[in-house]
Amino acid sequence: MFDRDRWSEIFEAIGKNKLRTFLSGFTVALGILIFTILLGLGNGLLNSFLSSFVDDAQNIIFVRSGNTSKAYKGFQENRKIQFKNEDLEFIKDNYPGQVEFVTPRVYRGGTARYGKESGTYNIRAVNPDHQYLEKTIMMKGRYLNQADIKDRTKNIVIGRLIEKDLFKKEDALGKMLDIDGIPYKIIGVFQDSGGDNEERLIYMSYKTVQLLYGNNDHVSQINLSYNMAMSTEQAIAFSKKIEEDFKERLKVAPEDQSGVRVQSFAEDIKETMVILGGIYMIIFVIGIGTLISGVIGIGNIMTFSVKERTKELGIRKALGASPRSIIAMVLQESVLITSIAGYLGLILGILVLKLIGNNLEKFFILNPKVDTGVIMVATMVLIFFGLLAGYIPARRAARIKPIIALRDE
Amino acid sequence: MIEIKDLHKSYQMGSNSLHVLKGIDFNVKEGELVAIMGSSGSGKSTLLNILGMLDEADSGTYFLDNVPIEGLNETKAAQYRNQFLGFVFQSFNLINYKTALENVALPLYYQRKKRKERIDKALEYLGKVGLAEWATHLPSELSGGQKQRVAIARALAADPKVLLADEPTGALDSKTSYEVMDIIQTINDEGKTILVVTHEPDIADMCKRIVHLKDGVIVEDKKVEQIRASQYVR
Repeated sequence: MFDRDRWSEIFEAIGKNKLRTFLSGFTVALGILIFTILLGLGNGLLNSFLSSFVDDAQNIIFVRSGNTSKAYKGFQENRKIQFKNEDLEFIKDNYPGQVEFVTPRVYRGGTARYGKESGTYNIRAVNPDHQYLEKTIMMKGRYLNQADIKDRTKNIVIGRLIEKDLFKKEDALGKMLDIDGIPYKIIGVFQDSGGDNEERLIYMSYKTVQLLYGNNDHVSQINLSYNMAMSTEQAIAFSKKIEEDFKERLKVAPEDQSGVRVQSFAEDIKETMVILGGIYMIIFVIGIGTLISGVIGIGNIMTFSVKERTKELGIRKALGASPRSIIAMVLQESVLITSIAGYLGLILGILVLKLIGNNLEKFFILNPKVDTGVIMVATMVLIFFGLLAGYIPARRAARIKPIIALRDE
Repeated sequence: MIEIKDLHKSYQMGSNSLHVLKGIDFNVKEGELVAIMGSSGSGKSTLLNILGMLDEADSGTYFLDNVPIEGLNETKAAQYRNQFLGFVFQSFNLINYKTALENVALPLYYQRKKRKERIDKALEYLGKVGLAEWATHLPSELSGGQKQRVAIARALAADPKVLLADEPTGALDSKTSYEVMDIIQTINDEGKTILVVTHEPDIADMCKRIVHLKDGVIVEDKKVEQIRASQYVR
């Protein structure tokens, strides 16, 4: 296999039979190229599909309150349900191992002013867990921490677009921002993939808001995420359990749809997974189809190549080449060509995908990319079947009697 | 050198079989130059192919240099061919993408000789057939006579016991034919055993012994006074 003489013999044969080399190499390169591009586009489709879910954590559960729609346990209907800090503690205490992150949200609005610039923005008063639930990405500075909660600090984190609106080209980090007459210190600037509105938000400690606006312990909404180890069914059951528990705590009728509302994406995810499975299936079928046609192409080329070489192989046999050395020569040559051509096809395919980039976003193809491992496996498969496809004609060539091979046409 | 006894060979042609060799007894001693003659269909090429282990007899015995040649598998046959025999074909059968030198060196490659030795030997034999200057040329750049001389050099390179030539001058004009025969005679003078299949009487007369085949049997086997080809070659 690593005989230098044999390799030089093979390199010579490859170098001097350019058409044959080109044909078999071209088939493989084309096969891998198409496979890479199709797989990449498929992944792009997948990416664009997934990107509609990445704004928030996928395992998030929203707990919201409203006005009751039914009289229950002596309470009139249309009673306003108000969450309080104790409801937050209830979630922290009662579902050990099931809750990953949990944060309250207190909604406010305010007019922020820096120098001559001002604007009205929504305020979300939260705790540090909110960063993970909302997938907030810090551009500079830091997010809120436990000390901000405990000490009721007047630290705020602002969206990228607020910095742009109010500070123009200045760096907002560390500056004081006046909101409704109270000065706050900007400790961080964030970005968020949820769109412009998500990037025009102000985050601050929920306890600060509770203190400054009414000195109460009111909470507008509670967001939490369940443990990812849970199955979809378990997650759906878990969100139902929270709903039941809250309705009981806050004396809301179990069938009341508006007093307490718990929303989770578990069911959406379940549907999504089904669609994803479908997309994967299509990619898989296309991939296999491409590979099969590639293998058939290689088989044809190999048959043609061996046929074309019948006479040469006959001469070699007459000069003392053993059948084994004939087979080895033919196969080594084909493996060499398929490997190099496969690699070229792979590089070319990746280049094409790079060029496509996000240009096809209109067609729901986002950031098409391929997993190098998958392509490597595909190349191996092609080489292997190329070998197999080459082996049959090579063996026939090795078996053919030199006298028949050398017969004049 | 060659001893064959009662050699039979038939080919299956559709439903009927064609009996080509009908019991050949034939011996060749070392250093002989034998012409095998006969019209087409007389079985002369078949005989040569069996002698060359390119084909197998149906029955009969064949000893080459006292080695029994029978029931060989492909690998063994290839090894024997490489070790014992050199071939010269009517249509030259050079590998068209290899230079003259590489063609001559090929049997040595299958003898697993070192690269340096292959090149030295190949050059030596190319020189012997007067083509040292053409070593780097491809077959397509050579004339018919030159091609056949390369083929002879190739057949000799592995230093075989016996040289088998199947119509070596069949594709050549008479002048180049004589040049080729001159080389064959020179090699024979050095002691090499050579068998030449031909249907041209003037070529046969340049050998030392003529064997006539007709309808699969030897009808005549005579020693002749050798006509030297050199007198026709300037």
